[in-house]
Amino acid sequence: MSTRTLISPAQLARPRGKVLYWVCFALVVVLFTLAFLGPLYWMVSGGLKTTQEAVQTPPTWVPGSVHPENYRRAWEVMDLAKLLLNTLYYAFGALAFQLVLDVAAAYSLSRLRPVLGKAILGLMLATLMIPATVLVVPQYLTVLDVPIVERNLLDSPWAIWLPSVTNAFSIFLLKRFFDSIPKELLDAAAMDGAGPLRVLWSIVLPVSRPILGVVSIFAVVGVWKDFLWPMLVLPDPSRQTLAVGIYSLATSVPENVLIASLTIASLPTLLLFLVFQRNIMSGLTAGGLKG
Amino acid sequence: MSAPTLMKDPAVGDRRPRDRAPHPRGGGFGKALRRNLTAHGFLIGAVLCFAFFSWYPIVREFLLAFQKTEDGRVSWVGWDNFTTVWNDPAFGQAWRNTLWFTVLALLLGFVVPFLTALVINEFRHGQGYLRLLVYLPVMLPPTASVLLFKYLYDPGYGMFNEVLGVFGVPARQWLQDPDTAMLSVVVASTWMNMGGATLIYLAALQGVPGELYEAAELDGAGLLRKVWHVTVPQTRLILLLMLLMQIIATMQVFIEPFLLTGGAGPEGSTTTVVYLIYQYAFNFNDYGAAAALGLLLLVLLAGFSAVYTKLNRADQD
Repeated sequence: MSTRTLISPAQLARPRGKVLYWVCFALVVVLFTLAFLGPLYWMVSGGLKTTQEAVQTPPTWVPGSVHPENYRRAWEVMDLAKLLLNTLYYAFGALAFQLVLDVAAAYSLSRLRPVLGKAILGLMLATLMIPATVLVVPQYLTVLDVPIVERNLLDSPWAIWLPSVTNAFSIFLLKRFFDSIPKELLDAAAMDGAGPLRVLWSIVLPVSRPILGVVSIFAVVGVWKDFLWPMLVLPDPSRQTLAVGIYSLATSVPENVLIASLTIASLPTLLLFLVFQRNIMSGLTAGGLKG
Repeated sequence: MSAPTLMKDPAVGDRRPRDRAPHPRGGGFGKALRRNLTAHGFLIGAVLCFAFFSWYPIVREFLLAFQKTEDGRVSWVGWDNFTTVWNDPAFGQAWRNTLWFTVLALLLGFVVPFLTALVINEFRHGQGYLRLLVYLPVMLPPTASVLLFKYLYDPGYGMFNEVLGVFGVPARQWLQDPDTAMLSVVVASTWMNMGGATLIYLAALQGVPGELYEAAELDGAGLLRKVWHVTVPQTRLILLLMLLMQIIATMQVFIEPFLLTGGAGPEGSTTTVVYLIYQYAFNFNDYGAAAALGLLLLVLLAGFSAVYTKLNRADQD
C-alpha cells in the first residue's frame, strides 16, 4: 500500500524506525489475538473440561482431560438441534419476507415513483429516529392483538417475520442502490415492452447482487442476534430461538455443558462471517452500519 | 437491539434529474392511474408491515403513556403515569446508571475503537487479520458473548482475575461489587460491539490526504500533534456522527446488564432505563408506566437523532 499515513515512510525506513515498527506490530498482534481470541479459546476449552474442572478455583488454562462428549451432551440436553432449526426457520423466513417486500418497496420508491411515494419513504425513514427498545412495549401489545385482523401472533413465526420487514435501513440501502442504476438500461427494457415486474426481475435484481447480499446477511444476522423481541413473543420453550433458549436453560445445566452450548451457538454466524467476510465488511463501511 | 444507522440523505439522489424514471406524458388520467396502481402494488406489502408493526405502535406508545388498563378497560389518566414513574425510587437511579453507563461506554467504546483504527491503519502488514479479529465478536450472538463474559468474570473459576493477576491487579468480585458491576458490563459491551465502529474509522482514515501529514511534519509536528491537528479535524464529522450514534445506542442498553447481573445488579447498580421499562411492562404489567418512561427516553434520544440527521445531511453538501 502506498497511501501515506501518520508516520512518514522516511522515519519507517531508518533502522530504528524499522525495529520500532516491528516491535509495535508484534505487540499489537499478540495483544489483539489475546483480547479477541482469548475469550473464544476460553469458551471452546471450557466446553472440553469436566464439570469439576470447569468450576475449579483457580481455573486451569489447558483442560486436564479432554471431554468432547460435553458438546454432544449440550446438543442433547438443551435440544440444540430444535433451537437451531427454529432459529434458521425464523431467520430465513425473515430474509424471504424482507427480500420480497422490501425490494419491491424500494424498487417502487426508486423507479416507479407513485403519488405520495416520498411521504411514505419519509415516514419509513422517520422510524429510524425512534429508539427500538422503546417501541418494544407497544409492538408487543400489537402482536398480542393485531388490530383489524384480530389475531394473536404470540408463539407464531409471523411475530418475527412481519416486524422484520419494517427495516427502513434496508429499504434505504436498496433504494439508494436502485437510484444509481443507469436510466438507459431500464429505458431500453421498457422500450422492448417489459413491464415493471419484468424489469425488476431481469435487469434490476441481477445488477443489484452486491447490495442484495449485504441486506440478506444483515437480515439473517439480525434475527440470529436478536434477544429481547424473540424472548417476549416466543415464550413457548419449544419455539424459542437459540439465543433465548440457551439463556433460559443456562441455570439448569452444568457450567461445562453451558459453555459447550455457547460454542455451538456461536459457530453458524462465525462461519457465515468467515465465508462472507469481504461482503460483510465492505457492506458495513460502504452502506453504513447496523449493530 | 438495533443501533441507529449511519446513512446518506435520500433526498440527494432525488435532486439529480437524470435519475428520474420515465414519466410517460400525455397518457391521460387512465394511464397515470394504472401506473400508480402498479407502483403502490409493489409498495403495499412493506407499507402494511410498517403500518401494523411500526407506525401504529409508535402512535400507541404516545397513547399508552396517558392511559391505564384495568381488567381490560382502558381509561385516560392524564399525566398520572408520568407521576408514578417520577416518584419511583428506581427512577433517579436508573437514569444515573444509564448516564454512567453512557459515559463509561463512550470513554471505552468511543476512544478505544478510534485508537485501534489509528494503530491498525499504520501497519503495512496483517491489517486483514487485525480487522477480522476486531469484528469477530460482532458476529457472535450476544447471548453467547454475554454468558461467556459472565464465566470469565467469575471470581472463583473465571479467567479475568487470573489474567489481571499476572499484571498485579488484585482479584475482585467484578459483577457482585456495586462499584465495578457497571464497569464490567461496559467492558463486555465494548468487546462485543467495537468492531463496527473500528471498521468505519478505518475507512475514514483512508480518506485523510497524506500531504496534510507531510505539511504538518514540515512545520515540525510530532506524532500527537499530527493526530490532534490533522487526523481528528479531517475525520471530525464521522467522529461526531459515531459519537451521537453511540450515545443513542448505549442509552438503550439492555441485554448486557440483563444477562450479566440479572438486570438490576448489586444494590440496583446496573438498573438502566430500558431495564426499568422492561420491568414495568413485563414484571408489573403496568404498560402505562412503561410507555411513560419510554416516552421520556424517546424524547431525549429523538433530540440526539435530530442532531445526527442534521450533521449527516451537512456531510453530504
